[in-house]
Amino acid sequence: MSVLVDDDTNVIVQGMTGGEGRFHSELMIDYGTNVVAGAVPGRGGETVHGVPIYDTVDEAAREEDADASVVFVPPAFATDAIFEGLDAPLDLVVAITEGIPTQDMSRVAKRLTEVDTRLIGPNSPGIITPGGTKMGILPGDVFSDGEVGFISRSGTLTYQIVDNLTRRGIGQTTAMGIGGDPIIGTSFIDALELFENDPDTEVVVMCGEIGGEDEEAAARYIGEHMDTPVAGFIAGRTAPPGKRMGHAGAIVSSGGAGTAESKINALNDAGVPVGDTPEEVADNVEDLL
Amino acid sequence: MKLHEYQAKEVFADAGIPTPESKLASSVDEVLAAAEDVGYPVAIKAQVQVGGRGKAGGIELVENDEEARAAAESILGMDLKGYEVDRVLVEEAVDFVNELYVGVTMDRGEGKPVAMVSTRGGVNIEEVAEEDPDAIVREHVDPSFGMHPYQARKAAFEAGVDQSIATDVASVVKTLYDLWDEKDGSEAEINPLMVTADGEVIAADAVMKIDDDALFRQPEMAEMEEEAAGLDDLDRKASQYDFDYVRLSGNVGVIGNGAGLVMATLDLVDYYGGSPSNFLDIGGDAKAERVKNALDMVFSDPNADAVVFNVFGGITRCDEVARGINEALHEFEEIEKPVVVRLAGTNAEEGMEILDTDLVEVEATIEDAVQRTVDIANEVSDQ
Repeated sequence: MSVLVDDDTNVIVQGMTGGEGRFHSELMIDYGTNVVAGAVPGRGGETVHGVPIYDTVDEAAREEDADASVVFVPPAFATDAIFEGLDAPLDLVVAITEGIPTQDMSRVAKRLTEVDTRLIGPNSPGIITPGGTKMGILPGDVFSDGEVGFISRSGTLTYQIVDNLTRRGIGQTTAMGIGGDPIIGTSFIDALELFENDPDTEVVVMCGEIGGEDEEAAARYIGEHMDTPVAGFIAGRTAPPGKRMGHAGAIVSSGGAGTAESKINALNDAGVPVGDTPEEVADNVEDLL
Repeated sequence: MKLHEYQAKEVFADAGIPTPESKLASSVDEVLAAAEDVGYPVAIKAQVQVGGRGKAGGIELVENDEEARAAAESILGMDLKGYEVDRVLVEEAVDFVNELYVGVTMDRGEGKPVAMVSTRGGVNIEEVAEEDPDAIVREHVDPSFGMHPYQARKAAFEAGVDQSIATDVASVVKTLYDLWDEKDGSEAEINPLMVTADGEVIAADAVMKIDDDALFRQPEMAEMEEEAAGLDDLDRKASQYDFDYVRLSGNVGVIGNGAGLVMATLDLVDYYGGSPSNFLDIGGDAKAERVKNALDMVFSDPNADAVVFNVFGGITRCDEVARGINEALHEFEEIEKPVVVRLAGTNAEEGMEILDTDLVEVEATIEDAVQRTVDIANEVSDQ
């Protein structure tokens, strides 16, 4: 079992003819993902890795019976690409693009309240159900099939902790990067709810970072609504206020909101063990399984 | 990106928000000339990007040439929380009876812009928010419509702004929102918005931050950033090399790939009793040139005593990363600081075998690599 993506997911790659889109499409196909179409304005009729390209998402979805898309479109055009996916409408849009202006994402957030489409990201490494389907740039080799649901705001940190788990023979049902931007489509709570309802997910790892209050809200949700145990990690304990730590969303406000300490305390209060090191997260997961 | 006060005031004034008369000056003579033009009393305000300038001695109110000269001599060239003051704003001193607060920011939890009004201006608004959250009225805005004028009025009246000036305050709020929207602001703030005895409102301070991710479509703001720069050499270098870089105060240099992993590496440095000197994310591409630039950054930082290079190879395989690191290392005549490398992920073992151990130390886990680097850095700093 898995959440959101599996062998039945038919995927459109938005921006498939670009460097990133082309490169990662091949890796997605090799991994076993049903990449059924590409959508690139003005490139309809071409093929990439044997997959047909359409001019619009709407046409690609109709012709190839697609229900999801992954967005590899540069920041200046990515908002438009996301709207196109939402309005098609697809069931799932995964936005990999980093650097979309925050005000644009505020408009996307408004649109998300009006449609049934789920957006993951932007600035997400993607989502992977080991052994069959990945949408995004996650390295397939790092993941393995198992019982842990994985949610993270970061890419390489996910790979790191997953690697710590893999070395102990612990695999994943599904792993998703929800994105390092301040405004994102799928929150920790949304993702936790999906894993809570997945009978095969026995433990969830939630890997947060400084900035905003999404982790605190998630901690309250875990305390009130979850039976599945959760293990946590929070990056950015040493980040000074007012500085953006790589991710646009990873910033402790100059007033002191969004600190790692506040998030760790909230998670601990909800009974979630928060590891000091990646290895400790793996210890905690092993204890919970 | 944060504009300097003088730049933000220029932008606000152009949009029609009343601001005090002022002039920028970078020498004592210029200060005196500016004060003459503006007319005493004037405030002399350091133009640096740090909070609490007043308390740190960066703002002085002066009545005459003699006082202006003394203030200019003390402020120009002073070190304000690590930044050298090279420009001051010479500004008409406003005789006020009341100080308000107005601001616009993105409420990331709600995913919506929010405008804020408070009658408790002139003090640290974050402290007000903590002690008495109801003293700040918040009005969320639907980003697809923008702010309706009634929303600005509603916020002003609800905050308890005096009826005689409420519509003027509302007009400032609406203008500030529109500016924030048009310029891709992340934050716009007037604190204090002064009210004079004649019932005029005037922006005595101005804060404008622009979303870094939107600078590609805000050429005018990008130009102001260049002018504002005030970056020290390392920040400038990081921007040339296109790295996400944050300078910190410790002695352990950190290089890694991916924001989350680099943050976690900094945290581990702290966990093992060290203190990081920087955050540096080289991103997904670990080719030789980028590696060399990253090492150059950390080698140029006088605070760094040792460097931990922590890469998780996913799509970029570790053997490729290792070749990149070797190639980069060979381009330096001398490895100026001890470097500890740890590679993990795809082809990690091959990668670690390839690394030139004459030039770097290699550790197998993130925990061991950080611990080792902290030990080396502490030895160096003890010498």
